[in-house]
Amino acid sequence: MDYFLELFLGGLTRGSIYALIALGYTMVYGIIQLINFAHGEIYMIGAFVALIVAGILTIYGFAGISVLVLAAIAAIIWACAYGYTLEKIAYRPLRGAPRLSPLISAIGMSIFLQNYVLLAQTSDFLPFPNLIPDFEFMEPVAHIIGSPELVILITTFVTMILLTLLIKKTKVGKAMRATQQDMSMARLVGINVDRIISLTFIIGSALAAIGGVLVASYIGQVNFYIGFLAGVKAFTAAVLGGIGSIPGAVLGGLVLGWTESFAAGYVSSDYEDVFAFGLLVLILILRPAGILGKARKQKV
Amino acid sequence: MLKDFKQSILISIWFVFLTFPLMAVRVNTTEQMVEWRWMTILWVAIGSFVLSYAWRYFLAKKQLKKKDDEEGGKHSKLQLLMEDMNFRYKAMGVLLVLALVFPLVFDTYQNTIMISALIYVVLGLGLNISVGLAGLLDLGYVAFFAVGAYSYALLNYHFDLGFWTILPVGGILGCLFGVVLGFPILRLRGDYLAIVTLGFGMIIKVVLENWSSFSFGPSGIANIDKPGLFGMDMNIDSSTIYIYYIMIALVVFTILITNRLKNSRIGRAWIALREDEIACVAMGIDMARTKLSAYALGAFWAGMVGVLFAAKTTFINPASFTFMESAIILSIVVLGGMGSILGVILGAFILILLPEYLRAFSEYRMLAFGAAMVLMMIFRPQGIISGIRTKYEYKELKEETDNG
Amino acid sequence: MAEKHKLLEVKGLTMDFGGLRAVDSVSLEVHEGEIAALIGPNGAGKTTFFNCVTGIYNPTKGDILLHPKGLPTRRLNGLKPNKVTEMGLARTFQNIRLFSDMTVLENVMIGRHCRTSAGIFRSIIRDKSVRREEQEIVESSYQLLKKVGLAEFANEFAKNLPYGAQRRLEIARAMATEPFLLLLDEPAAGMNPQETAELDQLICRISEEERIAILLIEHDMKLVMNISNPIYVMEYGKKIAEGSPQEIKDNPKVIEAYLGEETEEDA
Repeated sequence: MDYFLELFLGGLTRGSIYALIALGYTMVYGIIQLINFAHGEIYMIGAFVALIVAGILTIYGFAGISVLVLAAIAAIIWACAYGYTLEKIAYRPLRGAPRLSPLISAIGMSIFLQNYVLLAQTSDFLPFPNLIPDFEFMEPVAHIIGSPELVILITTFVTMILLTLLIKKTKVGKAMRATQQDMSMARLVGINVDRIISLTFIIGSALAAIGGVLVASYIGQVNFYIGFLAGVKAFTAAVLGGIGSIPGAVLGGLVLGWTESFAAGYVSSDYEDVFAFGLLVLILILRPAGILGKARKQKV
Repeated sequence: MLKDFKQSILISIWFVFLTFPLMAVRVNTTEQMVEWRWMTILWVAIGSFVLSYAWRYFLAKKQLKKKDDEEGGKHSKLQLLMEDMNFRYKAMGVLLVLALVFPLVFDTYQNTIMISALIYVVLGLGLNISVGLAGLLDLGYVAFFAVGAYSYALLNYHFDLGFWTILPVGGILGCLFGVVLGFPILRLRGDYLAIVTLGFGMIIKVVLENWSSFSFGPSGIANIDKPGLFGMDMNIDSSTIYIYYIMIALVVFTILITNRLKNSRIGRAWIALREDEIACVAMGIDMARTKLSAYALGAFWAGMVGVLFAAKTTFINPASFTFMESAIILSIVVLGGMGSILGVILGAFILILLPEYLRAFSEYRMLAFGAAMVLMMIFRPQGIISGIRTKYEYKELKEETDNG
Repeated sequence: MAEKHKLLEVKGLTMDFGGLRAVDSVSLEVHEGEIAALIGPNGAGKTTFFNCVTGIYNPTKGDILLHPKGLPTRRLNGLKPNKVTEMGLARTFQNIRLFSDMTVLENVMIGRHCRTSAGIFRSIIRDKSVRREEQEIVESSYQLLKKVGLAEFANEFAKNLPYGAQRRLEIARAMATEPFLLLLDEPAAGMNPQETAELDQLICRISEEERIAILLIEHDMKLVMNISNPIYVMEYGKKIAEGSPQEIKDNPKVIEAYLGEETEEDA
């Protein structure tokens, strides 16, 4: 039973990170029907910036969770800046182009950003300082769930609540939902669609950066390539849940996390990626709109 | 003027801020060292300032060109030259002669580089069928390349089968994989298809890495036979030349067949499918079958050239079949010109040979590929050479109208 | 004159989208030699009706029966669009759907696809029969272009054609599939009066010379009055009237439907 619980909570932790990144995919896709392939790279850049800031601070003698918070803030700022710039350079000029064009541009941007970090920094795995202390109150359950997992779960939970409030309760959120429904109509009623799109990228990037920081401090290392697999997995989660749907992204992330965790625990950890993609293929064949997605009829 | 200047200064400042942590700082957490690199920031400032001017200039030019196109549409000189059939035949003849004498003039090292460029030509032409002609974005194309390479390596290892036997088998196996994988997923929309094919590419790599009893795992398979020629013993030099000629033949074969297909009933259906799926089915084209044929045929070439790749390197392991390979092949197609055979060939040579010969530049290879893909999509989506539409002849009718 | 052969028979066609009933038990018949018209205000469900008939949607209820001359009757419900086209029913689209990066001639050649047979292997070998077939495709497509008056643009890209010409190209492309019934979805939309007059002539010519029956959708009922008979009128997914142009003109329901709409437009 403990083993099952451990896998369950491991899957939950992993899944909540996928969900965090998947939200960025789903929000962007919901508005401009583009797979933002470079989203995983934003996550990676977030992790890298956090590493650099945390690295400098620890070298100058700071330690503990406050360093992690500062690093996370820096990561969010820069990830948002990258997300914003990315959209302006690689996607905005392609608005109205054939569907394949922005997708290829996104793939190009993903390759570019990966290699930019590789060249500017290093191809090695860099160790991320251990900043999450072991909480005393966690000791009785330490064999099932550790303190880092708890931090991840709480952070993602709070972030998702904030996001839901932003989308449901604020004026900006309303504008975002309107733009998602019908872009030209939103423009007609006076919503600055370009700004909403930029904002979507910024919010998505912030979520990715949070995910990046959490994973980096959890796994303890960072590398230019981590964004790629995380990005693909998170996209899988978004599709699983029904792309364009925000609760769908969360659900998809959790389902994917559990699938991987249980497959690794009970079958073989070598094949966890195979299970993840197998699940994706299966869902797309059986229910292309995803678990919570609505099938959209194409207008003829 | 002043406005442009101001804007460029702002952009420059923005990029300095943007790249600051990654470009200016390098931390070493194990040795507790921080390295500050102020010079790189200066370069970023100057670079982004200059590039912002270029960006504006080209964007404005693109807008202007759009208007031109609407008013009549002019083709570039290169494009017109390429459409001149007479010139094309002559150029092809010259190129073929050059290709044939190449190994006699250059050494083995050059030949090896040329062979890998030619391998990418075939891969590019194969992917061009599904991406360029039929508009099916395949991000796991390298999986079929792996199928070909492993089928030769394994059949050669276990059953001692020769290169020439396996060459068609590799192609057919690639094709079969294409059909089996393509069948369930081809009704998916374009971007879903991209992600699923990406998944397939990764699954195949994971399986090759972990199913050791089948594929020998990450250590790969060594001592694969080189292609034989009536049982002759060949040294490295002559066998490289031999492979080079096989490769030339394969390229010519590929060009011939893809060209025929492109200008056939099937090829037209592929292009129509790319342009508009709904109109396409409403015109009586079976979408599933047409997509599957494009996907499987693209896979055929990858499988075939995979066999040759294994024979050339005599050693393969899963590391040769990563997503990056798929991305390189895709950028060849995109840069060269989607749907254009000539463009894809040119794209393969530029993308593979340039980094080989400009060694200093080779570090920046993938960076440049990525940037080129973005810039191409924005400024020249049709690629270096856009697909040439065939002008069909309708002789009798012309006479008819002349007489009447 | 003897009873005309019935080509298309739609009985009680209903199409639901979720909770919305876009087409509500509409019945309609098209006979040989007819130019039938389906008219109605915007959003009346005309295009949805077309999409059901041509296989793009699978209708919720009802029967779509095709009675080709000399062949057994076929039920079209749930058939794929390409099968419907193969059976001799071709269509055009309200929002022009040409293959914009192909030439005008090639667009028409695509229409020949389902009437020709060269597969992958034969296309690679390109033997005599394939070459002959290719030539036949080119010639017949060119003839069609001449018929719709686009021969001079044969080698232009479809996207560079003026709007009215694009509509005619869609008709030529549909005719290339050798239909006996042609469905035109708002063929005159966006055309100026002169272009519309030319289009009317073209439609009549197709009907008379090619012996193709026509069912057309029009939003503006004045346009169809000259050429079509019978006329079916739809509003809010339901058929509200059918009959000759005169009968339709005098039908109070139709007047109400249209007048109601016009006042909205004026406002």
